[in-house]
Amino acid sequence: MEEKKREEIKRGLEEWQKTRCQWKDRDCRFETVSGMEVKDLYTPLDLEGFDYMRDLGFPGQYPYTRGVYCNMYRGKLWTMRQFAGYGTARESNKRYKYLLEKGQTGLSVAFDMPTIMGYDSDHPRSRGEVGRCGVAVDSLQDMEILFDGIPLDKISTSFTINGPAAIIWCMYIAVGEKQGVRPEQLTGTIQNDILKEYIAQKSWIFPPEPSLRIITDIFKYAKEHVPKWNTISISGYHIREAGATAVQELAFTLADGFAYVEAGIKAGLDVDEFAPRLSFFFNAHIDFFEEIAKYRAARRIWARRMREKYGAKDPRSWMLRFHTQTAGCSLTAQQPENNIVRTAYEALAAVLGGTQSLHTNSMDEVLALPTEKAVQIALRTQQILAYETGVANVIDPLAGSYYVEYLTNKMEEEAEKYLEEIERRGGVLACIEQNYFQQEIADAAYRYQKALDTKQRILVGVNEFVNPDEKIEIEILEIDPRVEQEQIERLQKLRRERDNIRVRETLDALRRACEGTDNLIPYIMDCVKAYATEGEIIQTMKEVFGEYKEKPTF
Amino acid sequence: MSSRRIRVLIAKPGLDGHDRGARVIARALRDAGMEVIYTGLHQTPEQIVEAAIQEDVDVVGLSILSGAHMTLIPMVTQLLRERGAGDITVIAGGIIPEKDVKALKEGGWAKEIFTPGTPLDDIVEWIRNHVKV
Repeated sequence: MEEKKREEIKRGLEEWQKTRCQWKDRDCRFETVSGMEVKDLYTPLDLEGFDYMRDLGFPGQYPYTRGVYCNMYRGKLWTMRQFAGYGTARESNKRYKYLLEKGQTGLSVAFDMPTIMGYDSDHPRSRGEVGRCGVAVDSLQDMEILFDGIPLDKISTSFTINGPAAIIWCMYIAVGEKQGVRPEQLTGTIQNDILKEYIAQKSWIFPPEPSLRIITDIFKYAKEHVPKWNTISISGYHIREAGATAVQELAFTLADGFAYVEAGIKAGLDVDEFAPRLSFFFNAHIDFFEEIAKYRAARRIWARRMREKYGAKDPRSWMLRFHTQTAGCSLTAQQPENNIVRTAYEALAAVLGGTQSLHTNSMDEVLALPTEKAVQIALRTQQILAYETGVANVIDPLAGSYYVEYLTNKMEEEAEKYLEEIERRGGVLACIEQNYFQQEIADAAYRYQKALDTKQRILVGVNEFVNPDEKIEIEILEIDPRVEQEQIERLQKLRRERDNIRVRETLDALRRACEGTDNLIPYIMDCVKAYATEGEIIQTMKEVFGEYKEKPTF
Repeated sequence: MSSRRIRVLIAKPGLDGHDRGARVIARALRDAGMEVIYTGLHQTPEQIVEAAIQEDVDVVGLSILSGAHMTLIPMVTQLLRERGAGDITVIAGGIIPEKDVKALKEGGWAKEIFTPGTPLDDIVEWIRNHVKV
């Protein structure tokens, strides 16, 4: 900016401030939901040294601040992908068909806790949990039912699974083969992000080292056989839900991403052989501008570091593509219909931030799994955004806003500080060991709850604008308690009827592979195709790899 | 005046890994002057009951967000009774629909259930009012 113009703005600002300070504010401090203080006004003076070509550039071009694709939503709208799954495979299959029929464009599978943790439905630790918060999948047989009548070459599917990701992925590839769909035709994502499990979501199985081996084995196998698959979805969502601030979500997630890049390189892969298949998953919380700035900063940091630090040459390795889910933790059990409004604002932020796919939460998810009616409203929220509001017509429409650009820079700066601190502490694994992330997140969660309790932060319907004697009168989805028994019976029937000698052979081969250095995926694939159960496969691997344990702190 | 501090075991039964609430509440109770023991994640009802007895607690607080509350809460309470520790007050929190809250309280499986949005002070007060040491 010209010196003369700058001086003029500065004088004008000082002049304005003289008048402005005579007006009383309704609060003495204004901050984002993450506790970051914000000023009342942003001007060109807040963007000292701003360089359009260096900091923003054009959509589809480095450093991708304005979006990863050159025509963004003018070409293709984001994928509307509602996370769903409950009860048995048959019930979930019905829900998927319902969602596809309503215009959803991708599937996203939610598993129950036993599946997530690698226990079969008849394991004592699975008591009461089968089919509760997602669908129960014990073997290839359940996966066949789950996708019955859904052509895998026509849809993309996302699996929220981490510890057992390789097994679920092999099951999906096997179902594809049975439908006559070749692995190279399959599109979709496995979450497969174990680092954030240790940090926030806490659904781990093996210790970090073997977990990272499995992940790099998946990278290698995908490169050869399933090239269109997103091999990992590096997730900030759960970090945020656990209580992190926006900056923490951004920094810890990117740190995890770089840790996977380093693991891939260490495993002998060229960075451009696997980095284009890495994808991300962020939260869309309620603080509108902070979220938009977070996505824009994420793209810029990723692009710069991938090019400059890791020497990636393929532009696809520089592009941070991401899925977004609106914030479950922003929803309230009180006056649950208000959650529709919260979710709509959050979805708008995700779209203005350039997301590639989106899940909008249903209003009742703070009470139970969503009913069909609630899911439909959540999906319609996205459709209204896409087809009625006009926000998808212009690429990165908030660019150039002094506030949004300032906040984008600020998010980047603060995240870089965390990235340096993580490096100083010896990297992501060392930080997990030191309980560093966990403690940072717990502190932020506690501060947030305190702010609610003292009404420093207002939550509509909870600590202000409360309906006295509120009765929650919305329909709740109930899981039939017979689901557990049915699932166990089907599993035990499978165990009786399958070729158990073949199961034994494939599991033994897998055990030996775990002890050696071979890529594990072909061995897991053999187990899956022999109808070995998820629990049996995991148990075999645990015998070699051991189990992760966390030191409980609060 | 109570002669000693209230002892609370905060526990995460089952496979659910959502520990934000459990850890926030553990801290709040500690800040309110109670002695708090946190089990950590993925505990079986047997492990929780064992810890409650070993630690000689007055209260067991169970946090469940995975939908398994109708199985796990009664199991913990039942096991406590079987082990002669039925005097320990069992409370719970998490994603628990109103209908289940009613059933758990009326069935005598939990003395109180705190659902999302409950202020921390309400929980502290409830414990102080209902647990005499």
